[in-house]
Amino acid sequence: MAVTLFAAIDVGSYEVEMKIYELASRVGIRQIDYVSHRIEMGTDTYTRGKISVEKIEELCRVLQDFVRIMEGYKVSGYRACATSAIREAQNSRLLLEYVKRTTGITVENLDNSEQRFLDYKSIAFGLKDFYKIIQKGTAIVDVGSGSVQVSLFDNDKLVTTQNIRIGNLRIREKVADLARQTVHVEAMVEELINNEIVSFKKMYLKDREIKNLILGGDYIYDLMKKESVSRAEFELMFEKVVESRPEDIAREYGIPSESASLILPSVTLYKRLIEELGAEMIWLSDMALSDGIAYDYAQKKKFIRTEHEFKDDIVAAARVIAKRYQCNKGHIRNLENLALPLFDRIRKSSGMADRHRLLLQIAVILHGCGKYINFSNAADCSYSIIMSTEIIGLSLRERQIIANVVKFNTKEMHYEDTVNCLGMNPEEYLLIMKLTAILRVANALDRSHKQKFDAVRLSIKERELIIQVDTREDITLERGLFPPKAEFFEEVFHIRPVIRQKKHL
Amino acid sequence: MDSIFLKPEYYRNREDSWVSFDERVLSEARDKNIPLFERLKFLSITASNLDEFFMIRVASLKDMVHAGYNKADIAGFTPQEQINMILQRVHEVVNLQYSTYNRSLLPALNKKGLHVLTEHEQLTDEQQRYVDEYFEENVYPVLTPMAMDSSRPFPLIRNKTLNIGALISKKEKKSEPEFATVQVPSVLPRIIELPTDEKGKRSVILLEEVIERNIGKLFLNYDVVCAHPYRIMRNADLTIEEDEAADLLKEIQKQLKKRQWGEVIRLEVEDGMDKQLLKILKKEFAIKGDDIFLINGPLDLTFLMKLYGMEGFEALKVKSYRPQPIPALADSEDIFAAIRKQDILLHHPYMTFDPVVDFVRQAARDPEVLAIKQTLYRVSGNSPIIAALAQAAENGKQVSVLVELKARFDEENNIVWAKMLEKAGCHVIYGLVGLKTHSKITLVVRREEDGIRRYVHLGTGNYNDSTAKLYTDCGLLTCSEAIGEDATAVFNMLSGYSEPKHWNKLSLAPLWLRERFGQLIERETEHARMGEPAHIIAKMNSLCDREIIAKLYEASAAGVKIELIVRGICCLKVGIPGISENISVRSIVGNFLEHARIFYFYNNGKPEFYMGSADWMPRNLDKRVEIMFPVEKKELMDELYHILTIQLEDNVKAHILQPDGTYEKIDKRGKTLLCSQDYFCQEAMERVTRPKDPVHDRVFIPEEAM
Repeated sequence: MAVTLFAAIDVGSYEVEMKIYELASRVGIRQIDYVSHRIEMGTDTYTRGKISVEKIEELCRVLQDFVRIMEGYKVSGYRACATSAIREAQNSRLLLEYVKRTTGITVENLDNSEQRFLDYKSIAFGLKDFYKIIQKGTAIVDVGSGSVQVSLFDNDKLVTTQNIRIGNLRIREKVADLARQTVHVEAMVEELINNEIVSFKKMYLKDREIKNLILGGDYIYDLMKKESVSRAEFELMFEKVVESRPEDIAREYGIPSESASLILPSVTLYKRLIEELGAEMIWLSDMALSDGIAYDYAQKKKFIRTEHEFKDDIVAAARVIAKRYQCNKGHIRNLENLALPLFDRIRKSSGMADRHRLLLQIAVILHGCGKYINFSNAADCSYSIIMSTEIIGLSLRERQIIANVVKFNTKEMHYEDTVNCLGMNPEEYLLIMKLTAILRVANALDRSHKQKFDAVRLSIKERELIIQVDTREDITLERGLFPPKAEFFEEVFHIRPVIRQKKHL
Repeated sequence: MDSIFLKPEYYRNREDSWVSFDERVLSEARDKNIPLFERLKFLSITASNLDEFFMIRVASLKDMVHAGYNKADIAGFTPQEQINMILQRVHEVVNLQYSTYNRSLLPALNKKGLHVLTEHEQLTDEQQRYVDEYFEENVYPVLTPMAMDSSRPFPLIRNKTLNIGALISKKEKKSEPEFATVQVPSVLPRIIELPTDEKGKRSVILLEEVIERNIGKLFLNYDVVCAHPYRIMRNADLTIEEDEAADLLKEIQKQLKKRQWGEVIRLEVEDGMDKQLLKILKKEFAIKGDDIFLINGPLDLTFLMKLYGMEGFEALKVKSYRPQPIPALADSEDIFAAIRKQDILLHHPYMTFDPVVDFVRQAARDPEVLAIKQTLYRVSGNSPIIAALAQAAENGKQVSVLVELKARFDEENNIVWAKMLEKAGCHVIYGLVGLKTHSKITLVVRREEDGIRRYVHLGTGNYNDSTAKLYTDCGLLTCSEAIGEDATAVFNMLSGYSEPKHWNKLSLAPLWLRERFGQLIERETEHARMGEPAHIIAKMNSLCDREIIAKLYEASAAGVKIELIVRGICCLKVGIPGISENISVRSIVGNFLEHARIFYFYNNGKPEFYMGSADWMPRNLDKRVEIMFPVEKKELMDELYHILTIQLEDNVKAHILQPDGTYEKIDKRGKTLLCSQDYFCQEAMERVTRPKDPVHDRVFIPEEAM
């Protein structure tokens, strides 16, 4: 049968929800069931640091029931993801293991950028006219329980994203004690978030002009009940929310009353960001993480195709970072032209996957960013920059791989002892080795940063990788420094790279 | 809401209105145009209605009085005022019941060859021998006579049982008479048929008369001074009626001690009962005044239902109607295929209830069906639906059944089969705390070539194949995606999950339905104010919600034409100048119990039709899970309009509410008689033989030239 059923489970900060989707190549994605149960695990995490046993038990009961529902539909697959409440809880590993043991469900702990990337996917697939919208300057503001994600587009590519740790539930918990002392909670919330928002604007907005603002997060769609509104319409709604009691708002807009207390923090966040970013049109998405999970699955299983290449976002974001740290553009381009074909040549025999090519590309783009800080310690500085710069679409582990590749591009790499200090698993360690080997060779070919190896042809003969370069320049320097890199490459791939210069008579 | 529409004098007390309903049923028993045995049945129904009324409503009012709860009702009456008013009216009803029985029905039965002996003194010698023997063989062994004296307290008399009280005095000694009582055993038939006489005439006598005749045999060392039947009704209803305000519940809990558990709230005795005997009963039951009913005839007329069941009088009964097959399903083995072709409207009992049972049965067997979900409120004793659900679970389907344990009088029954379903592997849920699940919905999830498809049955009546032969109800079978999605959400909600973000088509009580009805009525009001035509037709069982009535008044005042078909209680008053002059109310009381809820709104030329499980009563709108669903397919809307129109044209069984609160039948002179229930029976039969719809295919054929 051409139809597949898939379940997406979102173990969120105040709700556990499951959606059942029907996937078919002809009709794409159709949601056919939605169950949601409220458990405020975020309250535990944000106030006490861990989630109580009672709430974990409740979670397990709900997940057990989810299993029953999934069996009812005979789903062919599921993906369960947890977000900040569990991610930040001290007992998160215990919790996930217990959940697995009692319910059989494997819950993935998404890191922030994975989570936001899925949110972003849900918007990209779910919001009508998304491609039209992002042609003009656009930002996405995604309000979660623990933090807000602000992402900026440039020429239809998502280039910058920042996570600000002020979500609606977190704000509510912070303000709760103080609320009795003031009538203007919204003013207090504004003060709490202003500093972050203003800094963000100064750092990243500069001369960017934001025309469209896409708002994601729970309940915002319910408040406006349409896909797009003007700024004035939004402000009208804000005034109303501020003036009304939360229960009345919940009733009027059909929002579950348990969530009423989260509305004011949410809309205040939105309002401040709208003011600072100065958007003209505001677009509202009623998509949720579970939708993103489903789109991601459907896309991977080729049930749906997209006009938007999400990989390009990651590459574009990396380029923006490289630009910020004034990396040499020409050098990077040359290196990409060398490293990626190298990768393609040996991909099959090396056991690497498509995704690894992207990691290599990002490593290439960012390999020199540390020089911005310190020339003599560039490797470590690059590592630190990459580790502390969020790139939407890359998981933390992936970023860690890239940071290591960049680091070991110039730094000595020892075998076993490095494994331990890296804190990565053997596969990840091997991947770092492989990518590093490629990057080192490519980098060596443009040692002079003069792009002498502009036109190369790669071919494999027996156990040699022949790099034939068509240049009139003197490549003595490159030849001279090449052997150690080539040796390492051979160690890793059992193929020795050899430089051949095309004779020009 | 404009307060002018909320004045108490614009409303009728609901108990008062209920008594009117019982009177309408009684008028059927008095109608000489109705076959004699049917009249017996109606009289029996008035009696069992009254019993339930005392047990639930009067008991409730008594509770309020005891608790010192003095809040006025919708019409401005305090509980005590209501009790006084009702008792007075019930006494009139009872008098009418027995004059009907004695003066009209008994002579008529006699004429038709059935002699009902009213006293054992009427027995012939031969009959005497027969009943005495019957007494000794069958009755005597199960009797438990009880006496009261200084060492034995007054015995416990059970609720609703028929008893014979006697005064007895010791033989020889000339002492004060003592009280003794014996229950008329409920395990024995109340009606004893006597051997036919030489002319072939049949006679029956009631069990209590036979016991009375032989009562001396129970108290051998005593003389029986007198013996008379009596019957009590206790306030035994431990649950607070959901109609009552929550503050009442608190009040009663606070004053729990004051509540007299099991207090006797009604005493029925044979008229002419010995004064001394009556005095003892009054004292022991602590009862006086209008709570005592002196009955001129046999107590507890529900035995007439048994009399109705006697064989040999078929000519005096309405020929039983066989529910007809549904044309849309006529040549279809596969109910799912038929539903895919078109939405199907069911109108029971004119059409058979089988498709609903088949719907579940077929789902249970169908390998492509993944899940079946259903709400069950009251089901029949040996329900084929329950059997099918159990079968489905055994076949590996996911079966979720919501069993409403709070259904009145059916609790124990429900628990039994809920356990049975659980054993079969069904997922049984018990609904939401504090809310009765009254909605009637079934969802079948099926995996088909092009994906998941959901089939839904929505109804106005219970999933009860027995009552579906007697109650008029409507149902809809559909595979509309929007309704399917909502149905899934309904069951998720009933399982305790959060409510969905929005509803496509369904409106649910207690959260959204009241508002929805309000909007629908107000929309007509708006149209009327703009000078556009506006019209509401609403059919239901009861109308007693203050807010809705006020909205109807407002609509009427604005010029909306409102036609109501309300079988039972109606707290709305018609003909109030400037308030309700545009409202008409009719009640149809016939062989079938009118039970469907259908709502029509003209909507300025784009009519909307809804059906549902809810009446316009506070309990339906605020305390229950109810579903209202739209009917949107053109042909089905036409059909519903046809149903409503025929009911509005009924001039045989319709009673029209008058401005003074009485109900009057339509003057039939010069009119073609139209009995809507008969019409629908006839129509359903015709449609089977002539599958085309007569409403739409009525074409006059022009005469051709010779």
